[in-house]
Amino acid sequence: MKWLMVAVIVVSTVLADLLQSFEMKRRDAAVEDRRPRQGPLVLAVIIMAISFFAFMKLLSLADMSFAVPITAASVVIETILAKLVLKEQVTPMRWAGACFVACGVALLAA
Amino acid sequence: MASGRMVVEELKPAGIFGRRLDFKTKALTAFVVLTNVLGNFAMSWGMKHQPTVLADTPLVYIRTIFSPWVLVGTTLLILWLLSRMMLFKWADLSYVLPVTSIGYVLTAFLGKYFFGEQITWRRWLGTAAIMIGIILVGMTRPNTTAPPPPEANR
Repeated sequence: MKWLMVAVIVVSTVLADLLQSFEMKRRDAAVEDRRPRQGPLVLAVIIMAISFFAFMKLLSLADMSFAVPITAASVVIETILAKLVLKEQVTPMRWAGACFVACGVALLAA
Repeated sequence: MASGRMVVEELKPAGIFGRRLDFKTKALTAFVVLTNVLGNFAMSWGMKHQPTVLADTPLVYIRTIFSPWVLVGTTLLILWLLSRMMLFKWADLSYVLPVTSIGYVLTAFLGKYFFGEQITWRRWLGTAAIMIGIILVGMTRPNTTAPPPPEANR
């Protein structure tokens, strides 16, 4: 149950952030498209709500010192997907930064 | 063509437009972090100072939601959500995530100051690692996928 909640949190956080980033960038780029779609952003907020409630559930099942660092893994996963899906230029400096932050969050919560 | 990306343009050093956008990005990043940290803090403060234990009747839940601190917290977190979306417009996901992680550090310090929580050497180490990570990512260009600024097309 604990690991199921971790999976739900990580997957939903990653999905919501990717969706928001993709949609906001698309709006900015599509100057001629004056009819903004609300669907993707509403979906992102719903997914964030799922992530929030799953986090609440996880806190009732496990310690804060487990819940926070394990969800910090999403920083690294999202950086990988930002490169693969969003085609961002992730330089070695950015990789190093993301890894330092993920380790730092893990240490902070321990 | 808005979707056509000009590689040459990306390699150019940021002009006055780029610099102004860079400042806007950094200012908005600060706003995102502040609303997140203060929003979480207000929520936490509100929940800890409830006169009744959170349970039983729906009335207790409703009263909790409309208590002043929780309302302030909710408002700040809504602002956080909206400003973060705006930030995604100007900056990469792989930039926003690490840089806004300073919120973890600030939350830890607020916890120490207001709730009397201990900061162990391990937490200091974590804080240092996060700061190093933020400095490393902060030195990269915030946006690597943007089309050239509108001025370039005219």
